[in-house]
Amino acid sequence: MSRVVDHASGTDQAPQLTSAPQQGAAREPGSIRPRTSWANLREALHAEWTKLRTLPGTFWLLSAVAVLTIAISVASEAAVTCPAADCGQDPAKVSLIGVEFGQSVAAILAVLAVCGEYSTGMVRVTFAAMPRRSTVLAAKSLLIAGLTLLAGTIAVLGSLLIGRLVMPGKGFTAAHGYPSLLSLTDGSVLRAAGGSVLYLALIALLSLGIATLIRESATSIGVVLALLYLSPVIGAVVTNPHWHNRIERYAPMNAGLSIQATRDLAGMPIGPWEGLGVLAAWAAGSLLVGGLALRLRDA
Amino acid sequence: MTSTTTATPYRTGMQSVRDGFTQLLHSEWTKFRTVRGWIIGMVVAVLLTIGFAVLTASGGTIGCGGPNPSDQHTGAACRITPPLGPDGEVVSDSFYFVHQSLSGNGSLIARVTSLTGLHAPAGIMQAGTGTSGMTPGTQPWSKAGIIIKQSDTAGSAYAAMMVTGSNGVRMQYNYTHDVAGAPGAVSASSPRWLRLVRSGDTITGDYSTDGTRWTAVDTVKLPGLPQTVQVGLFAASPDYVVVNQSFGGSSAAGGPTLATGTFDNVAVQGASSGDGWTGDYMGTPRARAGEPEFVTPFKQSGGEFTVTGTGDIAPIRDAGQPIEQGLVGVFAGLIAIAVVAAMFITVEYRRGLIRLTLAASPRRGRVLAAKALVIGVVTFVAGLIAAAVSLPLANHISYNHGEYILPVSALTELRVIAGTAALFAAVAVFALAVGTLLRRSAATVTIVIVAIVLPYILAVASVLPAGASEWLTRLTPAAAFAVQQTLVAYPQVTASYTPAEGYFPLSPWAGFAVLCGYALLALGLAHLRLSRRDA
Repeated sequence: MSRVVDHASGTDQAPQLTSAPQQGAAREPGSIRPRTSWANLREALHAEWTKLRTLPGTFWLLSAVAVLTIAISVASEAAVTCPAADCGQDPAKVSLIGVEFGQSVAAILAVLAVCGEYSTGMVRVTFAAMPRRSTVLAAKSLLIAGLTLLAGTIAVLGSLLIGRLVMPGKGFTAAHGYPSLLSLTDGSVLRAAGGSVLYLALIALLSLGIATLIRESATSIGVVLALLYLSPVIGAVVTNPHWHNRIERYAPMNAGLSIQATRDLAGMPIGPWEGLGVLAAWAAGSLLVGGLALRLRDA
Repeated sequence: MTSTTTATPYRTGMQSVRDGFTQLLHSEWTKFRTVRGWIIGMVVAVLLTIGFAVLTASGGTIGCGGPNPSDQHTGAACRITPPLGPDGEVVSDSFYFVHQSLSGNGSLIARVTSLTGLHAPAGIMQAGTGTSGMTPGTQPWSKAGIIIKQSDTAGSAYAAMMVTGSNGVRMQYNYTHDVAGAPGAVSASSPRWLRLVRSGDTITGDYSTDGTRWTAVDTVKLPGLPQTVQVGLFAASPDYVVVNQSFGGSSAAGGPTLATGTFDNVAVQGASSGDGWTGDYMGTPRARAGEPEFVTPFKQSGGEFTVTGTGDIAPIRDAGQPIEQGLVGVFAGLIAIAVVAAMFITVEYRRGLIRLTLAASPRRGRVLAAKALVIGVVTFVAGLIAAAVSLPLANHISYNHGEYILPVSALTELRVIAGTAALFAAVAVFALAVGTLLRRSAATVTIVIVAIVLPYILAVASVLPAGASEWLTRLTPAAAFAVQQTLVAYPQVTASYTPAEGYFPLSPWAGFAVLCGYALLALGLAHLRLSRRDA
């Protein structure tokens, strides 16, 4: 019932809202019941979910996150060997390396969720129906984060499971210093696994914020991938240890992926949770800037 | 006398347009230059390339000095200029040399009866501890033999015959050249006779197992060899190299080594300075392993000579920074190029302009060719500007910060700059083709960037072993970064020749051809899709 009202109100509000979105709150009394912001969010979630699930691309992109992450991880598990004790390899890092690839697909998913609406003009209908733009962004963020968490969980569990089967044959045995290889009962492995899933969701949120700011899909994905992939390249080349340290601590990909470390934590420029915190700050910042631009600009 | 006015039929003022390829190029160029965002994108690509390189160069600082703060310096004061060989490359020229001078033509013969070596397992040879803590064993390229050298100046021309740790008899000259002679190790029961004959500026090297039947290894020309040269016995042993696989990829560790050669039947023919053999350290042995306090570098008893040396007579890499370091910003530039090139076609689909384009020029393959040519030329020019500014600028900054920039020939520098411009063009055509195939901007940009940048990241900065890194830089579009490589891998120098160290498995243009292969394959598929499917 409420959806019918919603559609009706959307059509009524459309002409004035495209030019002056802020007046959406001062709607004609009596036409519909005033609702709490929670109810708004629930309806926004419903609407965004309908849009996302009816796009064929969503399912394929989510599957691609999982499949590509697992594929790259398995290739890495097959390539890395541990010929002797103290071979210095971190099995969690080796078997979760696919996340570096999977994140690019998660970024596409997030960018398209926003830019797809701008390229088709759908966004004007959306804002006509739901004039509280921050609610729309919140609903999109929740859904994209939730879907990425789901795909990420499958990707990470799949990578670890295959790693447990493959890596003992590559020399990662108890004799070489890996007694409970990639077992989720090991606290640090659990942290690497759970953290990698969170990492994917945070990358999606970072991309969502940037896409909201830029609104054009090719440029948005270009900016996101530059932000992610340039720092490891620069970090590999830069010779000054201070600069190197700064990149490792503050670049979103380098800092965020420190959550995957399970060995030699003392030697890392930034701790696992602190690193993920840096990425979370990037994601929050981009959503904030994107949300602000969304409020201030015409659609 | 009636004047009839005949109405001339309406003619458009525009020229009749032939379906020519030039017109097609012109229309695609007009499309490109009138979209302000794309022009801005090209400028951004150039600025990002230069900006990142300058930023990275400014971030590097060299420090040096002693334990006292007053002795410590940073920047240009710390720059060490290594010797250059006759071909202009950076060389190591340190060894122990037992020599006398030879005027005019002549020859030098010696028999080598043993080659032994020592290396310090901890990586450091400490003065005072002597050789007691060292492990016996030669390095693959430990060497002892006879040499004709232009002068005792580091980097001067030479030709030498030698026995090596595990590479048999070799003839080497002017640092970069290495010719194989007989394989097998040398011992008292299986000695090697070595001979060098000088005639003008040509030198012939031979070896023999019995001193009577000689086998020529090579005859080489050393242009500008002076009348009087130094001839004698030498020993050298390069640092040993251990490649460690660890968290951040692989790292090479090493330490100094010593090699000792035993000679007899030493004979000089020609106008030599007589019987006066003098022993000298050539260059500066970095490890100071030859400190006379615990090693006697040269012993002569009767006809037997024992010569012990360290260091190497060979090209070296770690004396400075290669010029391609000034192109690190290319990665940033390529991302901008991929975005613009993808949009050059995907926007036509989104806006429906493609239907007009194909109505005006129904031969779809030619449209694709015109688009590829326009975007290729535009990005080539952008890449040329970016590389031609970024390379000298970043290297100049690095130089002023105390880095020594490894010298290369003008031709090599030109190849790196033109190759980078071609890299921009190939990535743009690849992005255009993938965009035509997929008709979606976001997916296109992601595929192109991930295909080019991610393999590079995995190869140079990840947990993958060197073997996997080499395959990544051989098979993926990231192979094209080989076009920027100026470092040369020498088989006669043991080092870690991995992508992480700047050595690609393919030669510059072969690596670039891999990317071109991907671009052509994508273009072929794009052509199929464009002609078979409705727009």
